[in-house]
Amino acid sequence: MNPTFGSILIKVFAGAVESGTILLLPTLGEVLTERSGVLNLGLEGLMLIGAFFGFLGAMKTGNPYVGLLLGMVAAAAAAAIHAFICVTLRGNQTVTGLALSIFGAGLTSFYGDSWVSQRLTIAIKPMAVPVLSQIPVLGPIFFSQDLIVYAAYILVAIFWFLLFKTKVGVNLRAVGENAKAADAMGVNVVGTRYFWTILGGALAGAGGAYITCCIHPYWLNGITSGKGWIAVALVVFAMWNPFNALVGGFLFGSIEALQLQLQAAGTYINSALLSMLPYITTFVVIIVATVIVRVRHVGTPKELGIPYAREEK
Amino acid sequence: MEGQEQLMLVMNNITKRFPGIMANNHVNFALRKGEIHALLGENGAGKSTLMNVLDGIYYPDEGEIVIEGDRVDLRSPLDSMKHGIGMIHQHFMLVDSLSVIENVILGLESQGFYINKKSVAGRIKAIATKYNFRVDPYAKIWQLSVGEQQRVEIIKTLFKGARILILDEPTSVLTPQESEELFGILREMKSEGKSIIFISHKLGEVMSVSDRITVLRKGRLMGTVDTASITERELAKMMIGRDVLFRLERGDIEQGREVLRVEDAQAYNDRGIMALDKLSIAVHGGEIVGVAGVAGNGQVELAECITGLRHLVGGHITVEGIDVTNASPCTLVSAGVNYIPADRLGVGLVPNLSTVENAMLRKYKQKSMRRGTFIDYGAACAYADGLIEKFDIAVPLKNAPVKVLSGGNMQKLLLAREIDENPRLLIAEHPTRGLDVGATEFVRKTLLEQRDHGVAVLLISEDLDEILMVADRIAVMYEGRIVGIVDAHHADIAQIGLMMAGAVGAKT
Repeated sequence: MNPTFGSILIKVFAGAVESGTILLLPTLGEVLTERSGVLNLGLEGLMLIGAFFGFLGAMKTGNPYVGLLLGMVAAAAAAAIHAFICVTLRGNQTVTGLALSIFGAGLTSFYGDSWVSQRLTIAIKPMAVPVLSQIPVLGPIFFSQDLIVYAAYILVAIFWFLLFKTKVGVNLRAVGENAKAADAMGVNVVGTRYFWTILGGALAGAGGAYITCCIHPYWLNGITSGKGWIAVALVVFAMWNPFNALVGGFLFGSIEALQLQLQAAGTYINSALLSMLPYITTFVVIIVATVIVRVRHVGTPKELGIPYAREEK
Repeated sequence: MEGQEQLMLVMNNITKRFPGIMANNHVNFALRKGEIHALLGENGAGKSTLMNVLDGIYYPDEGEIVIEGDRVDLRSPLDSMKHGIGMIHQHFMLVDSLSVIENVILGLESQGFYINKKSVAGRIKAIATKYNFRVDPYAKIWQLSVGEQQRVEIIKTLFKGARILILDEPTSVLTPQESEELFGILREMKSEGKSIIFISHKLGEVMSVSDRITVLRKGRLMGTVDTASITERELAKMMIGRDVLFRLERGDIEQGREVLRVEDAQAYNDRGIMALDKLSIAVHGGEIVGVAGVAGNGQVELAECITGLRHLVGGHITVEGIDVTNASPCTLVSAGVNYIPADRLGVGLVPNLSTVENAMLRKYKQKSMRRGTFIDYGAACAYADGLIEKFDIAVPLKNAPVKVLSGGNMQKLLLAREIDENPRLLIAEHPTRGLDVGATEFVRKTLLEQRDHGVAVLLISEDLDEILMVADRIAVMYEGRIVGIVDAHHADIAQIGLMMAGAVGAKT
């Protein structure tokens, strides 16, 4: 293998892990939110809120990690509105989610206008993991990243364990599959839905803030460019499993990195066409995943999108 | 009066109101230690409401609950569980995609953070062995039969240390054999000192399994009696306030020519599993063929295939000699096939359309209902009025959404609309489910009338009594096949029960 070609490839994949993490965080959050039976289509808006407030926090404090935290809190607060409307008021989750997306876009362009094109001086920097980063090929791809990427790896493991091996996970899954049964068994349905909707929002915010505090440390209106929508689709691809969310996130990250490299390499393919690649792939993935979900009789939480009311007769 | 010490539970003056009805009207109920106490009453008598109050799902508007001498305040199922009350609902409270283990430990506080599957599985098996049944702790709920799912529910309550078990119509989904097994388990639990409340509207099983019986009617207490000191007939009188019509009169009608013929039908269900497995059946004019079987053996799919709502992947269906395999519902209606679906408000009627609009759904394309491109609402109203009068349908407001009607009146409207089409073949799917006695009788009589007019009727029902009462021939369905057809006049219930459970094949 040509050594230079090899090193380019490693660079592409390292980039893929970065863009993959942007998608992974909101996908992971939405996996958990949807497991509780709440559909949150507002990911794009939540990511924008996370991205803007993350950027703002980093600008004001000079610490990108504080910025990231602020982005998460802001998005969590927005997700709490979603939870209030969908769980307490039993509103239509699809409409509320779409409204949240538009709200996020509007809010951030309004307040973000004066910040457009300003840059962070201190962004989150890569930190190589000792020993692991020395592994050939895998080291530079997976272990010469920043703290957020490592945190995402760990979150995937934690949430997978939580979901399938612990009581917390059984309660969460039961609430999304059959809220009435969960309620009858003494599980707090409302509390569970609130908690995971807000946590999902925080993770979506982290995905957005990761963009502005690390990958592209400047502000542009609509900087998430539809990644929240891709994350919604990735949840289906992941079949509501945190580990599959990791695979899906990195797969899409690779496509993104690949199309960027192809554009940089100056191919004859129209760049607009290349930029469409992730979205076209989304279609393909959704079709494939939907068929698998149908055939394997697993997947969609049964009461996804259905509000729960106890005393109804 | 009984001594306070032998009473497990007392409910005093329980009243629960829902908008428009009084589901429980000052009801008293007392449960002794170690007894099986049946709670008897018709649909809507308030049995389930009373027990939901006990289970903490509903909070009573008035009244008090005393458990072993202590007054308790039950505000949630969790509260009830803490006081040793476990309820097994008619619609199981199980999460299909979770395993037996996960369902059992759901919501339990005694379990730690990490689930030790092995130890839970061991305890589940120990409970099952104690009461002589088996269950695979690692199986997912959707993989289990209804009978097995019910046992998981029983295990769930015992696992939580329940001393009072409430079973809400536990036999409604079981075969006669499965019911017998359940009764065995209940008797075993009783000898262990558990107190059991058994909700039912079936006289026979109440007589055979209970020690005492409390009867409710329209939310009121009719009385509590010792089972040994009362007859079925007396009970029936308490329950409905008059003698029941046990057999419906029917004229002898000469069987007409073959109307429906289904040959080797094959179809998938919604989950992609073969639901009709080369099923064949024929129905003649002037007869009612009752399809008996435990829910989920392909009855729904059969009805949908015949009415054009489900695609056949193999086999043929003919109506009066014309091949209508996979024909559109529209073609089938014009061929004289009419349908009373199980889901009367979802499939049969349009909930948010008015009574008039629902009544004209089959007719609106006809000239008589139109004025040019527009619907002639005058004609439609007149037509609806005709149906309302002829079938004695109680409609408070003709232009209000049909969903405000009572179940019985909805069914009458549906029946009226379908029968007015002069069907050659009538498919009736659970036509009396959830209806009160009056409406049930009306529906059954109407079906018999149609039969007397030479219509071929296919009656699909889980209520074996109904089929025995109405049908001329009984076809038993099991796993997508007709496993046997018997003459209703010489039907042997035990034999039908065995066929429903798949224990015996065709014996024609």
